[in-house]
Amino acid sequence: MFLAATFAISTALVINKNRGVNYALVLLYQCLFLGFGVYQYFYINTIQHGVFKSDPLAVLMLLALCFISVPVLFHAYRYIDKDDSEATPHTRGVFFAALILLITACSMAYLSDHLAVTWIFIEITTLSASVLIYHHRSIRALEGTWKYVFICAISITFIYVGILFLSLSLKEAGVQDISFTSLMKNAGKLDPFWLKLSFLFIYTGLTAKLGLVPMYTAGIDAKDKAPGPVGAILASALMNVGFVSLYRVYAVISGTPSMSWAGTIMMIAAILSVFVATVYMTRIKNIKRMFAYSGIEHMGIAVLALAAGGIGVYAAILHIFLHTLVKPVLFLQYNQIYRIYQSKSIYDLGNYFRYNRAGAIVILLGFISVAAMPPSALFVSEFMVFQSLFSGGHLLIMAVLLILLTFIIWGLGVNIFKLLFTPRISEGLLKEEINVPKINPWESLPQYVLIIASVYLAYNPPAKLVWMIQEAVKLIQ
Amino acid sequence: MIDILLISMAITLLYMSIANRLQTYLSILVFQGFILFGASYLSLPDISTFNLLFIMLETIVFKAIAVPWIIRYIIKRNKITRIAEPYLSNFASLLIVTSIIVVTIVLSNSIQDRNLDRTFFVVALSTLFTGLYLIVSRKKIITHIIGYIVIENGVFVLSLAVGNEMPLLLNLGIMLDIFASIFILGVFFNKIGDVLKDPDVNVLQNLKD
Repeated sequence: MFLAATFAISTALVINKNRGVNYALVLLYQCLFLGFGVYQYFYINTIQHGVFKSDPLAVLMLLALCFISVPVLFHAYRYIDKDDSEATPHTRGVFFAALILLITACSMAYLSDHLAVTWIFIEITTLSASVLIYHHRSIRALEGTWKYVFICAISITFIYVGILFLSLSLKEAGVQDISFTSLMKNAGKLDPFWLKLSFLFIYTGLTAKLGLVPMYTAGIDAKDKAPGPVGAILASALMNVGFVSLYRVYAVISGTPSMSWAGTIMMIAAILSVFVATVYMTRIKNIKRMFAYSGIEHMGIAVLALAAGGIGVYAAILHIFLHTLVKPVLFLQYNQIYRIYQSKSIYDLGNYFRYNRAGAIVILLGFISVAAMPPSALFVSEFMVFQSLFSGGHLLIMAVLLILLTFIIWGLGVNIFKLLFTPRISEGLLKEEINVPKINPWESLPQYVLIIASVYLAYNPPAKLVWMIQEAVKLIQ
Repeated sequence: MIDILLISMAITLLYMSIANRLQTYLSILVFQGFILFGASYLSLPDISTFNLLFIMLETIVFKAIAVPWIIRYIIKRNKITRIAEPYLSNFASLLIVTSIIVVTIVLSNSIQDRNLDRTFFVVALSTLFTGLYLIVSRKKIITHIIGYIVIENGVFVLSLAVGNEMPLLLNLGIMLDIFASIFILGVFFNKIGDVLKDPDVNVLQNLKD
């Protein structure tokens, strides 16, 4: 039902050229999407149409996506209306159509209980995301899109090979059904060799979405080239698609003796990802790419916690959830930065406090949040991650992670403070000091709401949230 | 019979590793399409006739005719030079592809599983890795696409091995094919031709840190 409505609206958006009708359609979609989220919340743990299941993990991620979709669509409207001078009615329609298709595909991928259906929706996210990345139609955007599409196409092939190997392991068990529920029920009967091989392939394929070591590069270019609001979705909801799918596959393998093997693989990849993020974040000069690498770091931490087990599983889900609320803040604020400086190189940025006080405070708070400093939300989950690593006996990994995180905070801090306080390096003040666009402080309001919500949910989680995460943890045996 | 087809598929890989002209690559792709057409007919006796017809139609139309034709059209339209421009010499390529095949044979012999048809496994995996090798060892974007299609063919062989039990997976694989051919080739490469006149991968190398 919801799916059909989405397709109808996005087709209408592509065809329609009228500005008012366009925004009305987006608004309609927004209401529909929020309604869909609330519906799933009240019908939790039901199976719909045979292949979708609103289990707590899916609903949790869906609600997070609902929550950030409001500011994202609002900023997308602002972006198209004010920032994008080249927007024609046609590109505007295509932009919004692809955006709502992306949001829908993400939520369907959360809800799907069938490996093949998840696969299809992951493919749809690739399609719609590539349209959005190519929005500017410049040669750099083309390059970003090309790399994204190509790497995602290869990764999707890898997932497919993984599914084929999984079906070979099913032959032994005499099961035909590849829904996650049935796989988990029959996990003990699966042939371990094929299961391991298939986990390896599916994991490698999913890293393109998840942003971990083998295939993270595509996502970085994509977030760099995509418009800010789209980057916010790519850096949060789309990464969650990878995480949720990985979580479900890991849940299947956790019912078998191969669990520790899979945990080791994930741990190696995760720590390597944090390492890569550290290396780039300490020397990077493009502020948007820096935000993107910070996403890699957080995904690495979450997967590390998932692999460590114990309280780590809880911590991983909480971390992902809070990260979904925090990361869009930076990407949404980025657009306002770009509007002032017309550049994303750190050499051209500076003295942001002078130009836009409300926005500068958002950046400062956002920095505190993504660096996981104590008053922020991610501190809570990251603390639990360290707890799980400690109790799991991974002391060496914990030490390495702590050192890497210190470097990351340093690298991030240097650039952020340069942006906020020091004059810019290239030529002192902005040339047309008078012509600097005034930014309405109210535009930063959604970012404040997101940060406050994340802190509130981290320190004072509602019982329902804790229950949902605990239910999701139970999937890992 | 099916073994002969699959082994000739493996031989095409060796030929592909030393081919110099893009035209040769395309002919090999067409040939592989026909091999897959035959292989799908021979190895899928259990599935319904309608489904079999659909799969065979897909292999012949997409793999053997449409995709090579589109690539040829793109090459002509964008005036791409006809040389493949590998990074390594032909001899090294041949050596690498041969060792890929040998390694997969050794690997498959170490597997103790009576459900598995070894020939399928060996040919599929070596095609997959040869495709990856083609992607990393050739300069042009168009050869990257050809490498990707080789990977697809390898995956298709693998899906034939399980197709009798799970036709659903076969159909998924066909979806993947159509996705790749329509999306990567049709829409996207035309765009590349419009925006940049020289479709060399070196032009798309500036997006980095």
